Amino acid sequence: MKRTLCLRQMKLGQSGTIASIGAQAEMGRRIRDMGLVPGAVLTVVRRAPLKDPVALRLQDFTLMLRNNEADYITVETDEE
Amino acid sequence: MDTGLTVALAGNPNTGKTTLFNSLTGARQHVGNYPGVTVEEKHGMCEHNGERLRVVDLPGTYSLTAYSLEEVVARDFLVQDRPALTIDIVDASNLERNLYLALQLLELGIPIMIALNMMDVAESRGLRIDADRLAELLGVPVVPIVARSGKGRTQLIETAIEAARAGIRPRTFEISYGEDLDSALAAMEEIIIHGAFLTETYPARWTALKYLEKDAQILEKGRIAAADISGQLEAIALRTAAHISATLNTYPEALIADHRYGYIHAMMKGVVQRQATKDRMYLSDTLDAVLTNRLVGPLIMLLILLGLYKFTFTYSEVPVGWCESMFGYLGDLADRALPDGLLKSLIISGIIDGAGGVLGFVPLIMFMFFGIAILEDTGYLARVAFMLDRVFRMFGLHGSSVMAYIISGGIAGGCAVPGVMAARTLRSPRERLATLLTAPFMNCGAKLPVMALMIAAFFASHEALVMFLLTLLAWAVALLSARLLRSTVIAGASTPFVMELPPYRLPTVKGLLIHTWERTWQYIRKAGTVILAISIVVWAMMTFPQLPAQSLHTYEKLRTEELISAPAAAQELDSAEEDAELSESALQLRQALDAVDRKESEAALRNSIAGRIGTSLEGISRLAGFDWRTNIALVGGFAAKEVIVSTLGTAYSLGEIAPEETGSLPETLASSPGWNPLVAVSLLVFVMFYAPCFVTVVCIAREAGSWKWGAFSIVFNTGLAFAMSVAIYQVGKLFI
Repeated sequence: MKRTLCLRQMKLGQSGTIASIGAQAEMGRRIRDMGLVPGAVLTVVRRAPLKDPVALRLQDFTLMLRNNEADYITVETDEE
Repeated sequence: MDTGLTVALAGNPNTGKTTLFNSLTGARQHVGNYPGVTVEEKHGMCEHNGERLRVVDLPGTYSLTAYSLEEVVARDFLVQDRPALTIDIVDASNLERNLYLALQLLELGIPIMIALNMMDVAESRGLRIDADRLAELLGVPVVPIVARSGKGRTQLIETAIEAARAGIRPRTFEISYGEDLDSALAAMEEIIIHGAFLTETYPARWTALKYLEKDAQILEKGRIAAADISGQLEAIALRTAAHISATLNTYPEALIADHRYGYIHAMMKGVVQRQATKDRMYLSDTLDAVLTNRLVGPLIMLLILLGLYKFTFTYSEVPVGWCESMFGYLGDLADRALPDGLLKSLIISGIIDGAGGVLGFVPLIMFMFFGIAILEDTGYLARVAFMLDRVFRMFGLHGSSVMAYIISGGIAGGCAVPGVMAARTLRSPRERLATLLTAPFMNCGAKLPVMALMIAAFFASHEALVMFLLTLLAWAVALLSARLLRSTVIAGASTPFVMELPPYRLPTVKGLLIHTWERTWQYIRKAGTVILAISIVVWAMMTFPQLPAQSLHTYEKLRTEELISAPAAAQELDSAEEDAELSESALQLRQALDAVDRKESEAALRNSIAGRIGTSLEGISRLAGFDWRTNIALVGGFAAKEVIVSTLGTAYSLGEIAPEETGSLPETLASSPGWNPLVAVSLLVFVMFYAPCFVTVVCIAREAGSWKWGAFSIVFNTGLAFAMSVAIYQVGKLFI
C-alpha cells in the first residue's frame, strides 16, 4: 500500500518517491537546482550526530538538508 | 602577442573541474577577481601543437538561475565576454543532475561542448554511457575523459580547438514546457524580438523564460532597458503564473524545472544503461557510516583537527629551522660587512629581521595548507559542515559559515581575506554579515607567528595543546559574538541549506600541490610587499626622531666616567681579542657599559615616533599588562598581524646593542622582566580578537556593502579584545 508522508517523518533507511515540493522562491529554486524534483527517488541514508541535517541518497548522488527544509517535501513510500 | 581563443570551463562543483583546469593549464595559472566582485577568477594558457587556448575556470554552479553570486558571475561572463567555446564538465557518474546545467547553457544559445568526466567511476558503478548518442541528442560534441589520469585530454583539446575555431553557434535548442508555458513563451518572444529587447545579449526565448522564472537580475536589466516592454512581459508572466496556479496548483518556476528534468530523464533512456548492481553501498557510504557516526564521528573530527596541528608543527620544524638559520646567517653577514650606523640598522633591524620574521613561517603555513587541501579535496570538509550545521544554526549562522570560518583560520592558518570572501556563497544577507564580522576572530595564518612566538617563549613544552586550545577559544568567541550580533545589530530569520555531500575521493598529488602553492604564494606575496614595506616604515618610526645632541652627550659622558673609574680594565677591554678570557674587573666594566648602552637605546626608542605613541597608550594598556613596546607592535599589527612579530623583533634588537648576545626573539622575551606567561596569554587573546588587519577591514566593508561595517569591526573587535585581555590579566594577577 502506498502512503504519502513528509520527508522529516521518514525513518533511516526508508526509500520513497518525491510527490511534491511545497517550497517557493529561493528555497524552491535551490531545492530543484540540487536535483530534488517530483518523481525523484530518494533514500534517507544518514542523520547528523545532532539528528539534523539529514543525508539523502538520490540515484547518483547524496544531498544533505535541514529538517525544516525537509518539511516542504512530501514523499510517497511503500508501506510494509 | 596572440593570446589565442578563449575557452570557458563550466560545471557543477565536485565534478573534477579544477583537476581538468590544472591538467589543461599546468602551472601557467593566474588567480584574480572578477571586476567589481570578489568571486575568484582563474585563467591559464593551454598550448597544443602550437595552438594557444586561454582557459577561464568559471565558478562551480549547479544552475544559472542566479541563486548565488557565483551563478551571476558565470552567467555574466558567458554572455558578456562571449568565449569562443564553453566546455561543460559533466560528472558521468551523476549524469542527470549534471545535465541540468548543460541544458541551461544550451538555452543560453552559446557554443558549448561536453567533457564527460569520471568515466572510470561511472563504469565501476555499472553505468554504460553512450557518448555518441548523447552528442547526437544535444547537438554538441561530447568527449569522454578521466581528468585525474589525463585520459582523453588530447582528444578533448583537439575537439575544443576545432569547435572554437569553427565558431558556429549551436542549433537553436528549445525544450517544450507544456502548452501553457509554451504559448506564453511564444507571445513573449514576439514582443521581445519586435522590440529588440535585450536581444544583443540574450536569446529572446531565454529572456522570456527568465521573466517567467522571475529572475531578479534580468527583470532589473529589462526595466532599465525598456520599461514598457518589461511591463508587458511582466504582465504576461503574472497572468501565466495565476493560470498555472489555478489549474495545476504550481508555479512557472517549478514547472520549468520539472520539464527540464523530464527532458533529461527521457533523454537518459537512450544514453545510459544501468547494469544491475547488487550492492548500492558505495565506498563513501561505508566510510560515512564511521566518519559521520553519531558517537564516533565528532570524536574522529576532533582527532583529525588535532592531527593537522601535529602534522603542521612536527613536520615543518626542519624547514623552519633552515629558514631561521638562513636569516640569522644573513644578519651576521650584514653585521660584519657593514659599518655601524643608520644603513646597518636599516638592513639588519628593518629588512632582514622584518622579512625573516615573516618568511621564516612560510614552511609552517605551507604544511598547514597542505593539510587543509587534503581535507578539502577528499570531501571531508563537507562532512564537517554536515556534522556542525545544527550547532551553527544555534548561533544564527549557516552550515556554510563553516567554510568561511575554516578558511579564515578555523583550522588555524587560514586568512580572513579569502575567508571573508568565502562568505559570499551564503545567500541570506544576515547570516553572511554575521559570518563576515566574526570570521576574522579565527586564527589566521598571520596570527600564527605571534602564537608560535608566545608558545616558543613561554609554553614550549605544550605547543600542540596550546594551539589546540587557542583554536577552540577562537571558535567559542566567534560563535558567541555571532549569536550576539544576530540577536542585536543583525537580527532576523534563516536561509536554505541544501547542499551536496560529495563522494570521498583520493586527492591527486598535483592538485594538492597546486592548491597549497596558490595559498602559500598569496601569503608570501602579501608578506613580500606590504609587510616588508611596513617593516621599513616601522623601523623609521622607531629610529626617528633621533635623540637630541644633548642627551647623546650625557650618555657619552656616562660611558667615559665608567672608563675613567677603572683604567686598567678599560685598557684590558680595549686590547683584548674577541674570544679572550677577561678578568673580573674587565667583565664588570663591560656590563656597566652595556647597561649604559641599553639605557640609551631605550631612551632613543621612547623618543621615536612609535615610542611616543606606545608610551602615550601605556597608561591604558597597562591594565592588560602591555608595555609600550607591545603597544607599538599592536599598532603595527593593524597593518597586518604578522607585523607584530617583526615589530617586536625590531623593538628588541634595537633595544639591546651587543650583537653577540642576540638570542632568538622567544628567548629574549622569556628573559625580559616585563614578560611572563600571564602577559603572554593576555597578549595572545588581544591579538586574536582585536581589530582585523586593514586588508580584511576593506574586504568586510566591500562585502557588506558599507564602510559602516568595516568601522564597526574595528571598534567592536578592539573593544571586545581589550575587555577580555584586561579581565584575564587582572584576574590572573590575583593568583600570581
